[in-house]
Amino acid sequence: MSLSSSTMKQHKSNISRRDFFKAGTFIVGGIAVTSVFTPFNGILFASEAPKGKGKWYGIGIDISKCIGCGKCANACKLENNVPQEPFYFRSWVEQYTIKNDGSILVESPNGGIDGFMQSVPDEEIFKSFFVPKMCNHCAKSPCVQVCPVGATFETDDGIVLVDETYCIGCRYCVQACPYGCRYIHPEKGTVDKCSLCIHRLEKGLQPACFEICPTEARILGDLNDPDSNINSFLKNHTCMVVKPHLNTGSKLFYNALSPEVR
Amino acid sequence: MENHLQDLHEVLSKVQGYVYPNEIELNWSILIVLYPYITGLVAGAFILASLERIFKLHILKPTYGLALLTALSFMLVATMPLVSHLGKPLRAYEIMVTPHLSSAMAIFGFVYLWYLMVVLLLEIWFDYRRDMVIWANETKGIKRFLYKALSLWTTDISPKAVALDKKLGYIVTVIGVPSAFLLHGYVGFIFGSIKANPWWSTVLMPVIFLFSAIVSGIALVMLIYILLSKIRKQKIDMACLDLIARYLFYILLIDFVLEGLDQIHRIYEAEESFEVLHMLVFGKLFYTMFILQGLLGTIVPLLTLGTFQFVQPKEKIRKAVYLVTSALILIGVFFMRWNVVIGGQLFSKSFYGYTSFKIGMIGTEGYLMAAVWIIVPFIILSFLLWLLPPWKKKDEDADIQEV
Ligand code: SF4
Ligand code: SF4
Repeated sequence: MSLSSSTMKQHKSNISRRDFFKAGTFIVGGIAVTSVFTPFNGILFASEAPKGKGKWYGIGIDISKCIGCGKCANACKLENNVPQEPFYFRSWVEQYTIKNDGSILVESPNGGIDGFMQSVPDEEIFKSFFVPKMCNHCAKSPCVQVCPVGATFETDDGIVLVDETYCIGCRYCVQACPYGCRYIHPEKGTVDKCSLCIHRLEKGLQPACFEICPTEARILGDLNDPDSNINSFLKNHTCMVVKPHLNTGSKLFYNALSPEVR
Repeated sequence: MENHLQDLHEVLSKVQGYVYPNEIELNWSILIVLYPYITGLVAGAFILASLERIFKLHILKPTYGLALLTALSFMLVATMPLVSHLGKPLRAYEIMVTPHLSSAMAIFGFVYLWYLMVVLLLEIWFDYRRDMVIWANETKGIKRFLYKALSLWTTDISPKAVALDKKLGYIVTVIGVPSAFLLHGYVGFIFGSIKANPWWSTVLMPVIFLFSAIVSGIALVMLIYILLSKIRKQKIDMACLDLIARYLFYILLIDFVLEGLDQIHRIYEAEESFEVLHMLVFGKLFYTMFILQGLLGTIVPLLTLGTFQFVQPKEKIRKAVYLVTSALILIGVFFMRWNVVIGGQLFSKSFYGYTSFKIGMIGTEGYLMAAVWIIVPFIILSFLLWLLPPWKKKDEDADIQEV
C-alpha cells in the first residue's frame, strides 16, 4: 500500500494507472492465493483417516436391553438445559414397529420422554423395539467438516462439541448431520447438540443419559484401550452403526440393530 | 419466539410419517432460496456481458453496460440474505477472519470477494474510467466529485491510456468468466456436497446451478432491457434482443437436459431414498416443480424461443413474447432454487416422513424480508444507471479524435 500512496503524492495531477495496479496486484495476489489454493486442503477432510491416538471415546447401545422408558431423553434435557418444547433434543428414543404386512411405523412422541404407547394391535405386530438416538460423535463428522468458522470441532479424545460463543448460527451443520442430532437453540440463536456431558466426564462421572439408564443399555469407553468395556462390548456383540454407507466415522455402535433403523 | 413455537406446534401436528424430532423446524427458509437465486443472476448477467467482450459480439453492445451494472447491483446484496438469516448476524465477519477451510460456505466468502472486487468492480471501472473523467469535466457539484472519486482521481484519457484500459478490461473479462463459473459452481457445491441429503447430494448440482444461473441472468438482463427501453421511450435493438433470445434458448436447453439427466439418474438408480423423494416430488413439490419450474419456467419458454429459431413473427409479437418469456424463466429459476432448498428439507433424513413449511410475513425469515432483498438491487441499479448511464457513453473513436 505504501507504494501507491507515495506515488500518489508525487504525481498528484496525473496518476498513471500502472502504479495503481502495482499496488493492486499485491492485494489481488494475496486474495488470489488464499482463495484459489487453500481450499484444496479442505477437500481432504473426510478422506483422511481420523486422528485419535490417545483416549478415543466410543459409545455402545444395546437395543435388546432398551425398554423405552425415555429416562435418558428426560435426564439429558434436565442436565443440559435443553428447551422443553418437543422440537429440541440432544437425545431421544424411537419406537420401531414392523407390522406383519412389512410396513414400518416409527414414532417418538416428545422424544420418548413421556414413554410410549403401542398403537398397533399385538396380533398385527411382526416385531417392535426401541432405538435410543444421540450424537454419534463421528470421527469424520460432516458437521465439523461444513462449519464455516470452525465453531463445531472435535476434541482430541473424539467428542464433537460446539463453541457457542463462536457459532454464527448459519445452520449448515444442522443440514449436514445425517442423523438429525442438532438444533438451533431458540433463545441463543446458536447450534446445540450432545456434548457427551463433557462437564460430567471431566469430574469422572458418566453422562446423564448413561447414568440414569435402568437397564444399563448404554456403554461409554475408550476405543483405543483393548481392555475397555466398550471394546469387550464390541467383541461380544454383533454391532453396527447407523447409515454406514455415509462413512461418517460414527462412534456410536448398536447391538442388535435392525436394517430398518435409519 | 412465542409465535415461532406456535408455528412449530402447528407444523408438528401436520407431520406425515416420522421425522427426527429436531427436523420439525425447517432450518433454511426463503432467504436461503434467495441467496443462490441472486448470486445466479449475477453470474448470468456477467456471462452475458462477457459474451460481447470476449467473442466480440458487437450486436450485444446495447446490453453490455446494462448487464454489468445489473450484475453489480445484485452482487452487492448477494450475501445479505445469507447474513440476515444467521442466528448471530453480527458474527458474520468470522467467516472471513477465521474461515474453516473444509467448509464450502467458508470458501464462498473468498470467492465472493474475489469476484466482486477483482472482476466486477475492475471491469466496470476500466469500462467507465474514460467516461467518468469526461463526465467529471462536464458536471458540477456532488456529481462531479463522485465521478472524480470513482475514477480514483485519474485524468489521463489519451488514446494510449484508453487503449490500455481496454486491454486490461479485456484481461479482466477473460479472468472473469471462469470466476463467474466458480462463483456459482461454489453455490451449487454448498448444496451438492451435503452427503446427508440425497436430494442435494449430486455431482451435477454445481453444473445445474451454473446453467440455471446463466439462464436466469440472461433473462433478467433481457427483461430489464425491454422495460428500460419502454421507460426511456427508446427503440429496442431487435437484432440484439433476438441474439440474446437465441443464447437463452440454447442455454435453457442445456439446463433442461442436465436437470433431466439428474432425475433420470435418480430414477434409474433408485437408491434407498428413492421412495421418499418420489413422494416428495409428486406431493409437496408437485406444484412448484412441475407447474412453476417445469411447465411455465422451462417448457413454455423452450417452445416459444425454440419456435422463433425457425419462424420469426412480427417485431411487436416477438417483443411481447420475449417480455413474458423472460419473466417466466425468472419465476421458473426462482422455483428451481425453492425446490432444491425447501424441498431438500421437507423430507426426513430418516426417509420415513415429511415435515411442512410455514413462513410468516414478518421477522428475519419472513416474506417481507425476502421482498426487501429482491427490491434493493433494483434501487441500486436505478442509482447506478443514473450515475453511469451506459447509453451516454461517448463513442470512443469520435472522441479520441477530439482529444
Ligand atoms: S451425529 Fe451428527 S452432530 Fe454428531 S458428530 Fe455426527 S454429524 Fe455431527
Ligand atoms: S450453525 Fe454454528 S456450529 Fe453450525 S455450521 Fe454454522 S457456525 Fe458452525
